Amino acid sequence: MSETTQRFIPDRLESRWTSLLKSWETLLVAVAVFVFVVNALSSPYFLNAWNLSDATFNFTEKAMIAMAMALLIIAGEIDLSVAAIIALASTAMGLALQYGAGTPELVLVGLFVGLACGAFNGWLVTGFGLPSIVVTIGTMSLFRGIAYIILGDQAFTGYPADFAWFGQGYVWWVISFELVLFALVALFFGVLLHCTGFGRQVYAIGNNPTGALFSGVRVARVKFVLFLMTGLMSGLAAICLTARLGSTRPSIAFAWELEVVTMVVLGGVNILGGSGSIPGVFIAAIIMGLVTFGFGLANVPGIVMSIFTGLLLIAVIGAPILWHRLRGEKTLP
Amino acid sequence: MLQKARTENADTPQAPSGQLVLTLAGICKSFPGVRALSDVSLELYPGTVTALIGENGAGKSTLVKILTGIYQPDEGTIRLGGREVFFATAYDAHRAGITAIHQETVLFDELSVAENIFLGHAPRTRLGLIDRARMNREAGTVLERIGAAIDPQARLRDLGIASKHLVAIARALSVDARIVIMDEPTAALSHKEIEELYELIERLKAEGKAILFISHKFDEIFRIADRYTVFRDGECVGAGLISKTNHDALVRLMVGRPVGQIFPKRKAEIGPAVLTVSGYSHPTEFADIGFELRRGEILGFYGLVGAGRSELMQALFGITKPSRGAVRIDGEVAVIRSPAEAIRRGIVYVPEERGRQGAIAGLPIFQNVTLPSLSRTTRHGFLRLAEEFKLAREYTSRLDLRAASLDQDVGTLSGGNQQKVVIAKWLATAPKVIILDEPTKGIDIGSKAAVHAFMSELVAAGLSIIMVSSEIPEILGMSDRVIVMREGRIAAEFAREGLDAETLVRAAAGIAGEMPPMPDASTPAPLQGP
Repeated sequence: MSETTQRFIPDRLESRWTSLLKSWETLLVAVAVFVFVVNALSSPYFLNAWNLSDATFNFTEKAMIAMAMALLIIAGEIDLSVAAIIALASTAMGLALQYGAGTPELVLVGLFVGLACGAFNGWLVTGFGLPSIVVTIGTMSLFRGIAYIILGDQAFTGYPADFAWFGQGYVWWVISFELVLFALVALFFGVLLHCTGFGRQVYAIGNNPTGALFSGVRVARVKFVLFLMTGLMSGLAAICLTARLGSTRPSIAFAWELEVVTMVVLGGVNILGGSGSIPGVFIAAIIMGLVTFGFGLANVPGIVMSIFTGLLLIAVIGAPILWHRLRGEKTLP
Repeated sequence: MLQKARTENADTPQAPSGQLVLTLAGICKSFPGVRALSDVSLELYPGTVTALIGENGAGKSTLVKILTGIYQPDEGTIRLGGREVFFATAYDAHRAGITAIHQETVLFDELSVAENIFLGHAPRTRLGLIDRARMNREAGTVLERIGAAIDPQARLRDLGIASKHLVAIARALSVDARIVIMDEPTAALSHKEIEELYELIERLKAEGKAILFISHKFDEIFRIADRYTVFRDGECVGAGLISKTNHDALVRLMVGRPVGQIFPKRKAEIGPAVLTVSGYSHPTEFADIGFELRRGEILGFYGLVGAGRSELMQALFGITKPSRGAVRIDGEVAVIRSPAEAIRRGIVYVPEERGRQGAIAGLPIFQNVTLPSLSRTTRHGFLRLAEEFKLAREYTSRLDLRAASLDQDVGTLSGGNQQKVVIAKWLATAPKVIILDEPTKGIDIGSKAAVHAFMSELVAAGLSIIMVSSEIPEILGMSDRVIVMREGRIAAEFAREGLDAETLVRAAAGIAGEMPPMPDASTPAPLQGP
């Protein structure tokens, strides 16, 4: 026994429940409840199962992307081309439709284009060591530009009726297919980030990429996979959105990347990488959905929503910094 | 009250010549889970150099940060010339006449020397614009005072490293400082520059400045300091006059026990070759490297900075790609393209740059330790926290890590303890070959001895070690064999017996003269003459 060590070092100082109670996620739950109550009090139409179900469509597609984006941002990278990938994938599905593709082919085309765009981003970032913010601003214009060239001011319409189910169908009562899909996606990424060695490596890369490399983490491979997954989720979102709208225009999902990033950051993910959680982003997505829905019920114009999103983004990036300052901690020496 | 009496006792017997400029009393400072300073006192006198001595993590840097207003103490008082002061910000401390010269000073390459010196407190004209003429003139005066022949209008980037250091010192002196803190000022300087620094310190003493001098080098302390204060584990364990103490007494105070042998004798059975490298080349960094590492052996790599030693090690670890050559592990050809493969093959590398390449600040201790071993602590890719804590505990306790909990952020540990986490991380992978790149650089004497003792333990357990070091005593004391590299090539190879410092330095510098023959014929020598 005397051999072990003179000083015993405990595993943890506080239990995981205590730290959970003090976490950002707990605060987010409180905010979600608050928004819910305000909405319920201010509009008589809010507390209605079908209306609430409709509200979920406001965020499910964006939130699917946000799940993958959360991992990417934690790893210290970002993908600003996600909305443009939706446009390109949707356009590709529209083209496939012109050549007589059925629902299964449309789904495959959507997923494939998303995956290919993600691979292209990942290749540029990991293969050439370029900063992802620059690369994906470039591909943002590139992907949407291709969609504009193909479509001009036209639109693809006439998607098959069974394809519409992906965006409009219900699995059970008021539970839509999209909501179930989003829940599954969130579960997948939550488990991936928090319960696997891969997730641990994502955190390591975000905190110190050189240190991670020197610890045997295949940094480039992990980052490439993250870009692939973000692309794939954008493709999935493109399928749902196209099916929901029943048409493709090149301006589809315009400026969604802003809302996706806002969700991720509101969820407590450090924009500089290294920390954050999927439960946080999950709750943040619901908050964004509830707020949008509340604004809709109150007849607030869309541009105000956009202003709100912008302010929210600044506030949630600023809040943790102010929080640390108020507690008298120095962020940097 | 009791503590106060003790403090007075420690110092009154050696009443100093001048009167006190700065007194710290009962200073306490805690960080989450760590008590960095507890009831610390310090006195600085005008015209006197006080050396602050202590192991890594003893609380020296925390004290400097309190003195310069970066941290605020939880308890205790700071008195300046008899008046109690409180530094809410670094600016307050600056205005009170406390200035610090750090080991790595932040200067601005694109600005002129004068602009660097007066950045933040440049003289102004009546219109509020910077008075360039006066700034250049005053910069010239300050530079002259420290005996530096530097043009105030020169661009900083055009200066050498030593001149930059002088500019940093001039910057610290451009404010009318009464107290000058020097935090390991000689770490980046050559021999001649260090002598010049000593002269400068003498001049500052003559001007009546109180100097706090932090250093790990004992010869330096005995050369320049008048008084000393020793910290251990965040407490003040002794203070007094340098003239009334000696080397051993200080070491004992510092580590709390006598440090016997820095380089422990060890008996490790040298076995068959574990790692064989032949014809190993890189387009620019090294060429035609061949050597053999045997089981239970410590192979030292000596050379000047830029001789290509770290680059060679990083290639063996799969970070950089060699152009030619073969690596065999246990006789089997191994192509190593990434650190992940190197780790799987049993080669690990403890890098020189601890902060950037070694520890991952932001992740807790246990996650740092298990990062390269995730394949063992996970099942089907899923984490098993209990396994992780077990592995982390096993290896950190072997190294006597000091931390509040295994869940603590590695970034909050002291440098020496971070190094322990990095070494624990690699041992947890159960390697065959461990490459240590400058393992004791910047580490205090106590931790150094611990690392050396641990190395002996490792080879006794059958590991093989490659040790890159620029410290001759370490190379001579620890290695079984020494390879000297020069300009990317192996310049010489020596056995341990009969090797002396001069021979090593000559080989590393390539000083003309015949190379001594291989002293040990039994050593396999893939060495072609230089």
